[in-house]
Amino acid sequence: MNAPTETTSEKKRVWGIIASFENAQDIYHACENIHQAGYEKFDSYTPFPVHGLEKASGLKRSKVPIFTFIGGITGFILGNLIVWYMGDFDYPLIVGGKPLYSPIFPFPVTYEMTILLAAFGTLGGMFLMNLLPQYYHPVFNHPDFKNATDDRFFVVIQRKDPKFEMNETFGFLEKLGATSVDYLPE
Amino acid sequence: MALSAEEFQTVQAPKPEVLKKVDPVSLPQRPLVENNRSFHYITDLICSIVEVKTPTWWWIAFTVAALTASFTLMGLTYLVSTGVGVWGLNNPVNWGWAIVNFVFWIGIGHAGTLISAILCLLKQSWRTSINRAAEAMTIFAVVCAGIFPLFHVGRVWFAWWLFPLPNANWIWPQFRSPLEWDVFAVSTYGTVSFLFWCMGMIPDFATIRDRCGEVAKRRIEGASGAVEKAFQIGYQKFRLYLYTILSAGWRGSTNHWRNFEMAYLLLAGLCTPLVLSVHTIVSFDFAASILPGWHTTIFPPYFVAGAIFSGFGMVLTLMLPLRALYGLHDLITQAHIDNMCKITLATGSMVGYAYAMEFFIAWYGANPYEGFAFVNRAFGQYSWAYWIMISCNVISPQLFWFKSVRDNAALVWVISIFVNVGMWFERFVITVTSLANDFLPSSWGYYSPTMVDIFTYFGTFGLFSVLFLLFIRFLPLMALSEVKALSMPQGDPHYHGTDHRDSHTHKAKTPVHHHGEEGVDQ
Repeated sequence: MNAPTETTSEKKRVWGIIASFENAQDIYHACENIHQAGYEKFDSYTPFPVHGLEKASGLKRSKVPIFTFIGGITGFILGNLIVWYMGDFDYPLIVGGKPLYSPIFPFPVTYEMTILLAAFGTLGGMFLMNLLPQYYHPVFNHPDFKNATDDRFFVVIQRKDPKFEMNETFGFLEKLGATSVDYLPE
Repeated sequence: MALSAEEFQTVQAPKPEVLKKVDPVSLPQRPLVENNRSFHYITDLICSIVEVKTPTWWWIAFTVAALTASFTLMGLTYLVSTGVGVWGLNNPVNWGWAIVNFVFWIGIGHAGTLISAILCLLKQSWRTSINRAAEAMTIFAVVCAGIFPLFHVGRVWFAWWLFPLPNANWIWPQFRSPLEWDVFAVSTYGTVSFLFWCMGMIPDFATIRDRCGEVAKRRIEGASGAVEKAFQIGYQKFRLYLYTILSAGWRGSTNHWRNFEMAYLLLAGLCTPLVLSVHTIVSFDFAASILPGWHTTIFPPYFVAGAIFSGFGMVLTLMLPLRALYGLHDLITQAHIDNMCKITLATGSMVGYAYAMEFFIAWYGANPYEGFAFVNRAFGQYSWAYWIMISCNVISPQLFWFKSVRDNAALVWVISIFVNVGMWFERFVITVTSLANDFLPSSWGYYSPTMVDIFTYFGTFGLFSVLFLLFIRFLPLMALSEVKALSMPQGDPHYHGTDHRDSHTHKAKTPVHHHGEEGVDQ
């Protein structure tokens, strides 16, 4: 296997180098090694969340909780606002000697609104942080990639990584115990 | 005064010699996936359910279910064209089967949320093989539950007035009423459960999507005749588009999983208060009134325990036949059934305790009306319903103390049916006994449902079954990624299998080979 010839026009066609692994243990060690070798623009593809793999790959904590928090706060304020606006401000109606507005009696309403919008925030946050839906991605070009949702494990080092060297990176991935290493077209 | 490390050592009592000789015992743990299955086996088993030709039993079950569901359609059509009077409601029994059925179905859903939320936070890995189906059950149960209050409002085309939306009358919902809280509680519950369910399915949709090509090849080749072939070509193309869109381009990257797992954990955390709040707020419908037998503070916890109890009854009712039909014994093991039986036993005992405590407080509270309400429940005109409730809810789950009962799938299924029946009667007893014998003996009567009531309720089982059958046929029955990550030892990145499982556990030593470079060089 030879690397593609180093002409400018063909260089553009390689998006990254993909290596496939047979089990969760191997991909974990591979990612640890890639991270330690100083690569930054790499990602691994696994059929299930491999415990601790994000840490081994040097990824930070997910930012989804921020969206949850914003959603929850919005829901709580909105819940109180509708109860106050509708029951006290816009159409005050005395019922059962109860106050027109209080944060206490409509607590079920504000509580449910908090949960509802926090849940929407979480889901939206997940999609946003993952940049989904995204129906085209270079990894889908790999003929074996369909097994990444079954029982195969892949890691891709992107060409735009500053440490990326066509032949060196290829050899590095081979040494990590990959069952196959390939160039990934754009 | 702080001690240095050496000083601290000397202060500590020396360890008895015997401790050094005693090895910690490693308790044998029941595997959650039996027979050392590989990842591919799990994928194949679950995905093939939606990939194979529709089985004959499915068509039969679907037809029966759809015919049953038509009873609800009939009942509701008659109700809408005539009026709510066709239900057996009259003063003072203004709440009859409609509210009973509503609470019954809402309660069923709780097991799904408990399994997907609380058991997730408690790191109970055994939930992974049952959570998807249980969540589906939750959503379909909420659909069935929603029908009753929706049509009970009388003019169903004005049901949107329940929501805080501007309308031509310039009035707003009454936020001081527990019924309005219920609108928020139930709609939030349904929506959040649905979001959670959908998000959890994304990785599994990707698995089905990635298998679409091979399935299409197999099915098109296997087609007999030109018509079937043409149909298969069209249908398989549709399948590919459908699952591609549903999977949102999921590719299982570590970055995806990182955000997905965080979102999953947060949604589990958000659903946990929902498990407790929904039935609490449903119980407020009763508890915030001043009717003897309803106006009690025990209602919220008692309703929640009852809901989880009935939900697990329904999970068992659904999962045991599914396990037999699809040969899921390696994934839904005896350990799973044991756990579900034990939760049913625990919550059933809580419900039994609540029944006893209600009686005790009615006597201890020395309120003659409250006392009458309870004596009337057990020995009045509806005593038959009360004793059905007691025998189904309190006595029948006690059989789960015995291992021989839990090991007998047929018996477990029968008891789960008893639990379902008993919990319906619980709601009937609570609702009807307090209303039929109210403050004025002159207005006492004997409430019975009409044929329209019975049709509408009977049909909801058909509706539920239709939805559940469609779920089995088109959506992934189990959370594949969760089963692989949590229930299988080879999913652990630090696992080094000592026992020989299959190719997935031993280190890859196969020579490196390449392919696909043509795609680059061209």
